[in-house]
Amino acid sequence: MLSYILRRIASTLPVMAIVALFVFSLLYIAPGDPAVVIAGDQASPEDVERIRQSLGLDRPFLIQFGSWVWRILHGDLGTSIFTNLPVSTMIGQRLGPTLSLMMVTLLLTIVVAVPLGVLAAWKAGSLIDRAIMAFAVFGFSLPVFVVGYVLAYVFALEFEWLPVQGYTPLAQGFWPWLQNLILPAIALGCVYIALIARITRATMLEVLQQDYIRTARAKGLGQGGILFVHALKNAAVPIVTVIGIGIALLIGGAVVTESVFAIPGLGRLTIDAILRRDYPVIQGIVLLFSFVYVLVNLMIDVTYTLVDPRIRY
Amino acid sequence: MDRRTVLKGLAGAGGLALSGLSAPAIAQGASARTLRFVPQANLANFDPIWGTQYVVRNAAALVWDTLYGVDSSLQPQRQMVESEEVTDDGTTWTFKLRPGLKFHDGEPVLSKDVVASLNRWAARDPMGLMLKANQQELTAVDDRTFKWVLKQPFPKMLYALGKNNSPCAFIMPERIAQADPFKQIGDYVGSGPMKFAKGEWVPGAKAVFEKFADYVPRQEKSSWLAGGKQMLIDRVEWIVMPDPATAAAALQNGEIDWWENPIADLVPVLKKNKNISVDIGDPLGNVGSFRMNFLYPPFNDVRARRAVLMAMSQEDYMRALVGDDNSLWKPLPGFFTPDTPLYTEAGGEVLKGKRDLDAAKKLLAESGYSGQPVTCLVAQDQPITKAFGDVTADLLKKLGMNVDFVATDWGTVGSRRAQKTPPGQGGWNMFHTWHAGSDCINPAPYTAIRANGDKAWFGWPNSPGTEKEVTSWFEAKNLDEEKAAVARLNKVALEDVVYAPTGFFLSYTAWRKNVSGITKGPLPFFWGVSKSA
Repeated sequence: MLSYILRRIASTLPVMAIVALFVFSLLYIAPGDPAVVIAGDQASPEDVERIRQSLGLDRPFLIQFGSWVWRILHGDLGTSIFTNLPVSTMIGQRLGPTLSLMMVTLLLTIVVAVPLGVLAAWKAGSLIDRAIMAFAVFGFSLPVFVVGYVLAYVFALEFEWLPVQGYTPLAQGFWPWLQNLILPAIALGCVYIALIARITRATMLEVLQQDYIRTARAKGLGQGGILFVHALKNAAVPIVTVIGIGIALLIGGAVVTESVFAIPGLGRLTIDAILRRDYPVIQGIVLLFSFVYVLVNLMIDVTYTLVDPRIRY
Repeated sequence: MDRRTVLKGLAGAGGLALSGLSAPAIAQGASARTLRFVPQANLANFDPIWGTQYVVRNAAALVWDTLYGVDSSLQPQRQMVESEEVTDDGTTWTFKLRPGLKFHDGEPVLSKDVVASLNRWAARDPMGLMLKANQQELTAVDDRTFKWVLKQPFPKMLYALGKNNSPCAFIMPERIAQADPFKQIGDYVGSGPMKFAKGEWVPGAKAVFEKFADYVPRQEKSSWLAGGKQMLIDRVEWIVMPDPATAAAALQNGEIDWWENPIADLVPVLKKNKNISVDIGDPLGNVGSFRMNFLYPPFNDVRARRAVLMAMSQEDYMRALVGDDNSLWKPLPGFFTPDTPLYTEAGGEVLKGKRDLDAAKKLLAESGYSGQPVTCLVAQDQPITKAFGDVTADLLKKLGMNVDFVATDWGTVGSRRAQKTPPGQGGWNMFHTWHAGSDCINPAPYTAIRANGDKAWFGWPNSPGTEKEVTSWFEAKNLDEEKAAVARLNKVALEDVVYAPTGFFLSYTAWRKNVSGITKGPLPFFWGVSKSA
């Protein structure tokens, strides 16, 4: 198992290298110029050129790419063109809010979506099943920002139960931390809940047709035991796979959710960096996201062995 | 280790992490001494000389002081300076600093700091560059006195040192100000009324300013950048909110105290809330514009530019931007900010009255226009340029022009507009923008009105008559001479169509009613602002 994990981690290196080359090339050929943004609207072309030179943006592609790769190999993601802060510091500042949002969303999703899916499968064809599937279609169809605005209007503005925006670090208390994340997590989780609920239902339906389930019923086992101990465990592999793939959805959704709820996370940092053409920050974030995605896939593979002892690497 | 052990371990670790990190909430008493402000944009850097965006200037005005400050009557008043003398021939200026000025690190403000700061500023500011070209020497005479010797008189000296246009002549410690003006500083020590809390800065999300206890405000009443900058709050938090709907909700909910720039669409909602005040933020407003490229057909011919001017309706542009709110716009038959001393409509007839589309078409035909594509750059991510671009596209089509509408983002417009190549090869024919009204009160900060060809702003207008009158204004010795020069300038710049003004527009600012002391001005002034619980 350990050698498998090490092999998988090693295999991420060429993936990361290709991502790095792709991102760097794309940014190089994309229109836009950070020097223009820095210099401001009143700046002369000479001023813009001086700034471009001071940032090293006038150097040839290969030299810029080479020096960037060299820094990356030394663990240095570079310095933001705009803030003059190390990219690693900026990512560090934003990692907490995004991880918190993703964690709460993931937890909420699993707690809501899996039981809903199980319930829908158990009551397949009934009114409950149809209601859950209608909710799933609804949740899947609504854009994150629409759900976000509606939730903020109802629960923050009308009832004044929760804040409209912002983020409080966990170090300042569990409830202050959580209350800032409840609405964003629901908004972001809607699509995800719908997806997992549908997958859980479909997988459970298949498992519930199996002979061993009939045997369990014949033995007189309770419905809860059949559903959650025997059926769900055997349906877990595809569900875990979708949960993992869904983390990519979360990363994409976080960009919108963080803007709607003014959460200072990586999503907003990404948007700001793209609009300003802050190349080192964009490159750093994309590398991080690709690394996280590769890592999540690895974790999913490892999780298979935990939910299904028959799987061995 | 089996899989059950791993699962139990993970669950246990999660619980431990959650239970172990809780801490007491922030004391509530501090909230009345903290002002939570949503700025117009993200404070992405904090060097007001290197980065000249308005948001940087606005934040910098809290941290760095200036020698002079322009007041609400647009006159420069002494700020860090105690007195000044100028020789009869107008070439030698001697300034004396106020006693007791200190930087945030406790060091006194000395003349050597001023000299270094002015040198750095003069390398980037248009007026500073003029001063530098005219300079014999700039030296520190003693700790509190410095001297600026010029080759020729420069009557606008005090205005240059106190103007609010970016970059302002902010005074920094010598060790910081010695930095290359084209490289960013990383040390944010100033002598202004607030200190920058660098450790709490999260670019794109939050910037914090704390009251500087040793700041000695002037005794006069504050007026814009002049007078006593009395801080009545201990802490100002700038909270960046990219989504206007979120900012509106946060203001209604009391999560923020002051929103600098609410968008017009949300203002009716805010006005209905009994806890919120809404008013015009900056009386100097903005001047909308689109610029035509003087280098290539069809706009290298003045008749084509005049045809566009004859046909355009400023009301169409302004309605597209502000809707039905008539208090938010004015027609602008000229280039200078309305309700300021130099405002003039001289030569503005071409922009007044009923639009004559037929005459414009005829003039366009005379210019030799024969249907070639007109590349029109429109940034879709800026509501102002998006609205202007849509109106212009319609206008050009009515004129019978073949519009190549390039819908793009502001970053791309920013770099493409600098291209001097032909429109079909990466260049352009026109782009839209706007100018802060405070930059259009006179020709000094008004880069957009300059028409010195290759050295001019994008579009590279070439109008010797315009340049002659800019010089006349700089040489003017009194307000009457200035007014006469600007009237001539306005007329000739409209004849040559240096650019097309699309109208004058204002925007609102909104704040909670428990906040008082907010004044109208070209930037948000925090001195004199207080907040009750």
